[in-house]
Amino acid sequence: MSRIIALAAGLVMTAISVQAQEQVSDFQLDNGMQVVVIEDHRAPVVMHMVWYRAGSADEPAGASGVAHFLEHLLFKGTDTMEPGEFSATVAANGGRDNAFTSYDYTAYFQRVAADRLELMMQMESDRMINLRLGEAEILTERQVIIEERNQRTENSPGALMREQLSAAQYYNHRYGVPIIGWRHEMETLSLEDALAYYRTYYAPNNAALIVAGDVEPDEVLELAKTYYGVLPANPDLGPRNRTQEPPQTSARRMVFEDPRVAQPYVTRSYLAPERNPGDQKTAAALTLLAELLGGGTTSLMNERLQFEQKLAVYSGAHYRGSSLDQTTFDLTVVPAQGVTLEDAEAAMDAVLVEFVEAGVNSQHLDRIKMQLRASQIYERDSVESMANRYGHALTSGLGIEDVQAWPDVLQAVTEEDILAAARMVFDERQSVTGWLTGVSAEVTQ
Amino acid sequence: MMRFVFVAVMMLAALPARAGVEIKEVTTPGGINVWLVEEPSIPFVALEIRFRGGASLDVEGKRGATNLMVGLLEEGAGDLDSQGFAKATEALAAQFSYDASDDAISVSARFLTENRREALELLRLSLIEPTFDDVSLNRVRGQVLAGIRSSEKDPNDIASRNFDALAFGDHPYSTALEGTVQSVSGLTRQDIVDAHANALARDRLYVSAVGDITEAELGVLLDDLLGALPQTGAPLPERADLTLSGGTTVIDFDIPQSVALFGHVGMERDDDDFFAAYLLNTILGGGGFESRLMEEVRVKRGLTYGVYSYLVPKDLAALYLGSVSSANDRIAEAVEVIRSEWARTASEGVSEEELSKAKALLTGAYPLRFDGNGSIARIMVGMQMEDLGVDYIATRNDQLNAVTLEDVNRVAGELLQPEALQFVVVGKPQGL
Repeated sequence: MSRIIALAAGLVMTAISVQAQEQVSDFQLDNGMQVVVIEDHRAPVVMHMVWYRAGSADEPAGASGVAHFLEHLLFKGTDTMEPGEFSATVAANGGRDNAFTSYDYTAYFQRVAADRLELMMQMESDRMINLRLGEAEILTERQVIIEERNQRTENSPGALMREQLSAAQYYNHRYGVPIIGWRHEMETLSLEDALAYYRTYYAPNNAALIVAGDVEPDEVLELAKTYYGVLPANPDLGPRNRTQEPPQTSARRMVFEDPRVAQPYVTRSYLAPERNPGDQKTAAALTLLAELLGGGTTSLMNERLQFEQKLAVYSGAHYRGSSLDQTTFDLTVVPAQGVTLEDAEAAMDAVLVEFVEAGVNSQHLDRIKMQLRASQIYERDSVESMANRYGHALTSGLGIEDVQAWPDVLQAVTEEDILAAARMVFDERQSVTGWLTGVSAEVTQ
Repeated sequence: MMRFVFVAVMMLAALPARAGVEIKEVTTPGGINVWLVEEPSIPFVALEIRFRGGASLDVEGKRGATNLMVGLLEEGAGDLDSQGFAKATEALAAQFSYDASDDAISVSARFLTENRREALELLRLSLIEPTFDDVSLNRVRGQVLAGIRSSEKDPNDIASRNFDALAFGDHPYSTALEGTVQSVSGLTRQDIVDAHANALARDRLYVSAVGDITEAELGVLLDDLLGALPQTGAPLPERADLTLSGGTTVIDFDIPQSVALFGHVGMERDDDDFFAAYLLNTILGGGGFESRLMEEVRVKRGLTYGVYSYLVPKDLAALYLGSVSSANDRIAEAVEVIRSEWARTASEGVSEEELSKAKALLTGAYPLRFDGNGSIARIMVGMQMEDLGVDYIATRNDQLNAVTLEDVNRVAGELLQPEALQFVVVGKPQGL
């Protein structure tokens, strides 16, 4: 029965996926700025986003956190706007605005009634080049980002461990440095640090404009030309050549002890290839591998560790392919009460061995592919998530065509592809294993 | 890293007056009332189901039973065991989620047009014929206990638990709905079966649907889905008497940044002054970056990443709450600034300019909430639980705009009680 349903669904969804792609238009302005328009006319709302191809991994050594610091400072004044006026204006128009920073990008967005789009473009294009910062607001905002680090990281043993894990995973790449910054470097971030980053990376030829909602592509393009098209490109912008990883030849292990840990767990990351333009097949296989191993209730890790052996209360595998440089494939097992981390890790490793030896469960793979097809339908209910998907990809080295090919690349992955990806990625020499634990006694049990 | 984190505003809203979205109030042949918006452009349906009562229906000594019961609904039903149910759901690409809160059990479903009958049969099994087998019970119990143990060392959860204990005396609201290690460890299968019978019944049912389905189709499907529910469940709990006394309670916990919750009595959702209070809170601490608290505590002094206040009109009590976190050596100043803003706003009120900005924000943001089948379905089920008619849609912004400066400032004087403001601070705060 289920095979017939899946087949019927597949046919319907092929048509739908074509339709969904027709809702997306893309342009390039003369100054190099990319423009993507995603139409959804169900509600009179628009999401206006500018994504810069610059994140924490583009920071100079010694100034970790400056990308995120600058993101905060962009809400201060420009030549024509008072500090705070940007957000106040968005609010006065019934909208909300915010921004976020990651390793590969910094993005700013406003969500407003569709007829306020022009005002948003005017303000966002203004702060792309006209930022004005004073020494006093730098000092206050630096306190704010340190409190943000306190909240996100210092108060959370899990976050502190993940920071150490990443640092151990990357010998030579900036992905090993936390997005929010190392505390001792954050404390020294200066006005000049922020402005140097701003002058280098904030330019139309380093940005993608994503507009999603109740808009017409032609009208968006005209507005984009008016407000963004007139900004000068930065001719000195170089390629994003970051320091790369040398061959990794030794497995790393760490034990992170913290009395605040109530629930110990073991986690392991493996260095893994990312999605690349025109070459997404391995990343697609790794995406499906993560689903098969630890993606949901019926994943192999879940079946073995929770249902059969009853060694774990949670297990999962995670892989995020959208990344400019080498990413990671991650596994986590939270042991059941009374189960040691050593035993949990051994059981996790046994699942990996079994998977590679026994191969892929075809029915399971079919279910995952069915869900991936359906996700294209469900995602159309949220243009915001579509906008984020495009923005994330376009700032991670991918093109529009890669985004649009991705669903088909996923569907085309074979069992052999997945096994080959598993054999490739589970190389312990490229791995970091971490134990998060409350007291040292538990470690040596 | 976001510039700041939004705190969900505890307010249920209405649909915008806009062409193309029409709520149909439907009664199925079997007598189930449902609000429907037909939206055929995407071939799926978002269905929202609520049962009023939720975890507050836990009987004495069985704290956590409702939460554990809800966690077990998808862990085996009819002839399917846990894995069988999950595999069947995955094969249809249906998405079900089940959640217990203080006042309601929420069931959210998304399913594709072409297999909706099969998808809803699975959903029916989970709601009407869950097996609650011992193997699943013990597995999910282990997950819940792991969550409780983690929560006991999470500063935000510690603050909430201590605040609720101070606020709600011996009412169910006074303890965490997950229960304690002791109470959850003692729950039996019969306790879970009882919790199911107490909570899932027709007399407390609210339903909404948005998507690719007609009124007639929905009627048949809903009768099949929910028709077998018992007519009545357990009586709802009594209202809670607030037992807050003001002052600052410090919970010693070794973390670098103190986490604070604060609050006192709030405003009922059906109070005539609710909109005035809502506007007041937007100005004081609810309006994101434009609020007085954010301006004074973060923007001017850099004392925190975020400070917020929010009205919390629960079914059985109304609170006015806020939260802030600051390094241990700065939290005392943050608390002082908040108390001072609370007092200043109570005595001086707000300005005409602040009020008009707050109105612009709230009325302008109003249509932005209705941006998807799922969000519209959630809003509609919330409207029903708040006893708001569909006509509220057309009048909501007018009601907000009709609030005068005198209204807001009168409410500020009545609602804001700086001396009654209770702080719970978790950390190693200096000077508190």
